[in-house]
Amino acid sequence: MMNRNYNFAFLDEGSKREIRRAALKAVAIPGYQVSFGSRELPIGRGWGTGGIQLTLSLIGPEDVLKVIDQGSDESVNAVNIKKFIGLCTDVETTTKTSEATVIQTRHRIPEVPLTNRQILIFQVPIPEPLRIVEAREEVTKKMHAEKDYAPIWLQLYESLVKYNKVTIASEYPCMVSGRYMMNPSPIPKFDNPKLHRAECLYLFGAGREKKIYAIPPYTEVISLAFDDIPFEKENFKGKKCRLCGSENTYLDEMFDQHGDRFYQCSDTSYCQEVRDYVSG
Amino acid sequence: MTYVAVSGGKEAIEASIKLLDFYKGGTEKDVEIEAIENKLSLLVDRVMGEAGLYSKTYAALAIKQCEGSMEEAVFLLRAYRSTLTRNYYTNVVNTSEMRIVRRISAAFKDIIGGQILGASYDYTHRLINFDLDKEKAAELRREVLDMLGAQEPEEISLCPRVSDELRKEGLIEQYAQDDKPPHDVTMSMLEFPADRSARLQTLARADTGFISGLAYSALRGFGQEHPTVGELRCGYVELCVPYPLDEQEEIYIGEVLLTEVECFNKADDKEQLKLAVGYGAVFGRNETKAISMAVIDRELDHGGPYPTQNEEFVLMHGDSLEMNGFISHLKLPHYVTFQSKLDAVRKTRA
Repeated sequence: MMNRNYNFAFLDEGSKREIRRAALKAVAIPGYQVSFGSRELPIGRGWGTGGIQLTLSLIGPEDVLKVIDQGSDESVNAVNIKKFIGLCTDVETTTKTSEATVIQTRHRIPEVPLTNRQILIFQVPIPEPLRIVEAREEVTKKMHAEKDYAPIWLQLYESLVKYNKVTIASEYPCMVSGRYMMNPSPIPKFDNPKLHRAECLYLFGAGREKKIYAIPPYTEVISLAFDDIPFEKENFKGKKCRLCGSENTYLDEMFDQHGDRFYQCSDTSYCQEVRDYVSG
Repeated sequence: MTYVAVSGGKEAIEASIKLLDFYKGGTEKDVEIEAIENKLSLLVDRVMGEAGLYSKTYAALAIKQCEGSMEEAVFLLRAYRSTLTRNYYTNVVNTSEMRIVRRISAAFKDIIGGQILGASYDYTHRLINFDLDKEKAAELRREVLDMLGAQEPEEISLCPRVSDELRKEGLIEQYAQDDKPPHDVTMSMLEFPADRSARLQTLARADTGFISGLAYSALRGFGQEHPTVGELRCGYVELCVPYPLDEQEEIYIGEVLLTEVECFNKADDKEQLKLAVGYGAVFGRNETKAISMAVIDRELDHGGPYPTQNEEFVLMHGDSLEMNGFISHLKLPHYVTFQSKLDAVRKTRA
């Protein structure tokens, strides 16, 4: 039930408008991190407050909301965020990806491609792709301005020399529209190609770091790779989901009581849909 | 079967909150908000300071709501603060006009206006008082109030700052009056190099433990020499907002209790030396924090190789909400990213 002691969508209208303005600027400069006056929320900083502020500023009574964490609608954090948004709005929520107009996510992009009537909002812990090579914000800001991305390329090269592989796991950096290097948030490399020329709007919110950035529809998003060493996703060859049998999804590795290893779709809503389809 | 990992989140959260309420209840005895507000006033002060919201009652409520957890209480007040519309900005407060309840100088024995010891734990022996649970609060309070009532009130006189005298002598660097509107760290992101106003705001709201540790490191050797507390004053200042119909007039809206500190360090002045001032001001009675803030202000001005002299290091890592939020997020599931990490590790070993 909505708590009438608080404004619709918690924040005061002025704050929500300010966040929408930052989001508009982000859309206008794809991949560029727009700073904003991040507000404190009743949910912990580092727990998705950037994403939540975007959701709160964009959501209206007509919207249908889906929240996922690690691909799952049922995860404690996803449930908790949905519960909070439910307290200060009374929008409908769903677990079905195709039904949602606004989807907030942590660490995954749904398996089903999103459409132009949907917005995917990412929760971002560290928005700065250059932070792994340079600790100082003052310096990384200049590096972006000068499009000086050499240290990241060097890191990629060093990893090839040392391990014969690019060893970046998630948060794999990409170039947006040929101009800004961007951190796609801690999604697996498996999801990076879904950012490229997508039909939907992708918005990224980092509450603690006070940054918003965006990938507008049909934007070119290229994961970093050398001409002779192509970009490589996580490999699930020969493995499939134990529930729905999918072989083309991102899988979670698990162990049962006997210590036997098995795999299951990380996108729980997709997994359910496949099972529903199969059972007719 | 247990293979649907962390599902049933809703039921689990509800049960967790019920258990938490039971822990929070703790006993059949209740603790009144008024008691927290007045008997745990130093905790209240610290919570208000780190939250950046001056409301003793709400701070006391917040403390009660979270079993006295510092970080949770600050969190509650900050989140509430986000829902409030900012209607007015107060006029600049001149702390020379402070109604002082305590004032000391470690630099000079005699200062104009005098040293006022006030209430301080500094000269108490930290021996647990085993009779405290037999204390009769009402009687004690009445006794002191009766004693005070029998005394002749003294005229309140304003105390000039200790640094004013040194400034007249030209020993302290003179700065031009800077009346540009302060950078508001609650409304826009901190940028580097940061304005001094942004620095002081950030330090004033910073976690007391964080900045005390930093200041300690500067005193111990990871910084400049040992500074001198030129003046520490604690007292009430009046807050006024401009009267909307006449800019020259102002309306009194209340008072806040502050602790303010000026520290002195030796500093280069071409061929000679001068005194450089570090400044600290915090809500309520929180002297260690005010002194630490002054130490760090000075270290940041000075610059150098140590952590306390690095602006981004100091200003980006001391916010209670940010540090505790990000550290606690490590408890959230990281199945997807860990899977990716495993994949990267396995690939190099294939």
